[in-house]
Amino acid sequence: MARLLKTNWVKKSLALILTYAVIQLLISTNILGGYYQDTLVTICINIILAVSLNLITGFTGQFSLGHAGFMSIGAYTCAIVVLRYQTLPSFILGVFLAALTAAIVGFLVGLPTLRLRGDYLAIATLGMAEIIKNVFLNLDKITNGAAGLSGIPQFINWFWLFVFTAGTVLLILNFVNSSHGRACISIREDEIAAEAMGVNTTKYKVIAFIIGAACAGVAGAIYASYFYFIQPTLFGFLKSIDILVIVVFGGLGSISGSVIAAVVLALISTYLQAFSEIRMVLYAVLLVVIMIFRPQGLMGSKEVSLAVLGKLGGLFRDRKERV
Amino acid sequence: MEQFLQQVINGISLGSIYALIALGYTMVYGIIKLINFAHCDVYMIGAYVGYFCMRNFNMGFLPSLLMAMVVCTTVGVLIEKIAYKPLRNATRIAALITAIGVSLFLEYGTMFFVKATVRTYPPMTGFMAKSFKVGNTVITMQQVIIAAVTVILMVLLQFIVKKTRIGKAMRAVSQDKDAAELMGINVDATISFTFAIGSALAGAAGILVGVYYNSINPLMGILPGLKAFVAAVFGGIGLIPGAMIGGYIIGATEVFVAGYGRSMYKDAVVFAILILILLVKPSGLLGRDKKEKV
Repeated sequence: MARLLKTNWVKKSLALILTYAVIQLLISTNILGGYYQDTLVTICINIILAVSLNLITGFTGQFSLGHAGFMSIGAYTCAIVVLRYQTLPSFILGVFLAALTAAIVGFLVGLPTLRLRGDYLAIATLGMAEIIKNVFLNLDKITNGAAGLSGIPQFINWFWLFVFTAGTVLLILNFVNSSHGRACISIREDEIAAEAMGVNTTKYKVIAFIIGAACAGVAGAIYASYFYFIQPTLFGFLKSIDILVIVVFGGLGSISGSVIAAVVLALISTYLQAFSEIRMVLYAVLLVVIMIFRPQGLMGSKEVSLAVLGKLGGLFRDRKERV
Repeated sequence: MEQFLQQVINGISLGSIYALIALGYTMVYGIIKLINFAHCDVYMIGAYVGYFCMRNFNMGFLPSLLMAMVVCTTVGVLIEKIAYKPLRNATRIAALITAIGVSLFLEYGTMFFVKATVRTYPPMTGFMAKSFKVGNTVITMQQVIIAAVTVILMVLLQFIVKKTRIGKAMRAVSQDKDAAELMGINVDATISFTFAIGSALAGAAGILVGVYYNSINPLMGILPGLKAFVAAVFGGIGLIPGAMIGGYIIGATEVFVAGYGRSMYKDAVVFAILILILLVKPSGLLGRDKKEKV
């Protein structure tokens, strides 16, 4: 068992390093130009958001529609720090503060609202995100209100982008495969049974919520740092929906599914730019068609191991399909 | 005091509109447990139909209202047949994403045809432009019409739901779909009928908003839609009286917060109230707590 784990671990790191190197090469040789780099950053941000929401919605079964709220908290925290002290260490500090603030808000929001179930929780988290947006709109002195913060120095490059994205995915992957993660999955499968088996359901729901919120904060920080400009309305209801769409499209409870979906949807959206007039209409039709023909998402709740890269077989982890 | 009364009047107008939209949400949720995100866009379509009827075809208010309701009914039933019916047995989250897809489709499809520009309703003339003064409080004819149309539609709805065969079928299906089917109720037809009624009400709300606030645009449905849904949850989702009460309370709250100088915070207050009521009484104001059974 230990050996297996070790080889798996080695494979995973190799795959990660390879991904990093290949894309770094493409960037250095300028094959990936400015526009594609924007897409790359969007993909990475979406991966972080989707994977972290998947922990909350896919694995723990808590339906959240307020993920963009946490993202905005991270974005503003990091932007405010970096605008004041424009150095690389302060950017790193900003990202950590972003995660921390989002986590604290996640804790404060999660503790009372996670008692709610299903759609009620969804609507409460949605309300929470709207409140956060409203507060940012009104804190003129700190957030510059509706006009937003601009001129945020860009510290993010492919190295840091990769570190944060891979870090988030690994963190959540390891969490899900730990005993805590099992507890979360048991809550999703049957909350009453989990409670009867001695799982402290509130605790694990809040933990999942906090981790998800912190990661969304990191995603927000990256967004602020790369795109120079943030504004409260960027993190509205539609952003939360976008993230949820990625998670469901990839498959609830499948981290590799979220990653694949983030990439696929970003590529589709880039491709659809050419039809800007009817882009959103096509996107909407696609969404409905996918849900009608593949309601469980691309991957269902199965995983593709990160180390596959050509070698299939033996690496699929079977898990019972969700009902 | 005068300001208070004025706010009450304004609150009733806005609340009526929220209540009309909330009814559609709550009925659909009650019967198939789906947050029908596309509902707010049906409302938007109602506003546009009203606009074209009044502006391009010079129709009066009442014919336009009926026209908007008919078109919205058709749209609502089509949405149900095309997008939701194939997902009747899918997971709820898949159905929800579909609803979001339909919503985006309607928003951006409308935007494609009528462009994103804000349009203004033709100015009201004659009877519709009148206003009264009661003491120092001004009541416009439009506000009277909004309140009157809402009350008439609600009475009609109550009559349909409580007194007719199809209403009985609706109640039966929302209680237990399988049992209703075993009793010989045509579940599919009943669900379509629910969508039809809800959409008709949303269409009415759309044209009323157009008349009252004048400006319409393809994305106008999103925020009122959310608030109407909040109203439905507030009153206890699935309950028709709950949606009415919730609509009026949310509308009045919003108007009062805005009227007393905190207009920037009006959305935050609405959602804060929602979260509070959910924490204190998770099943809404009129909802009954269900004990969970294993």
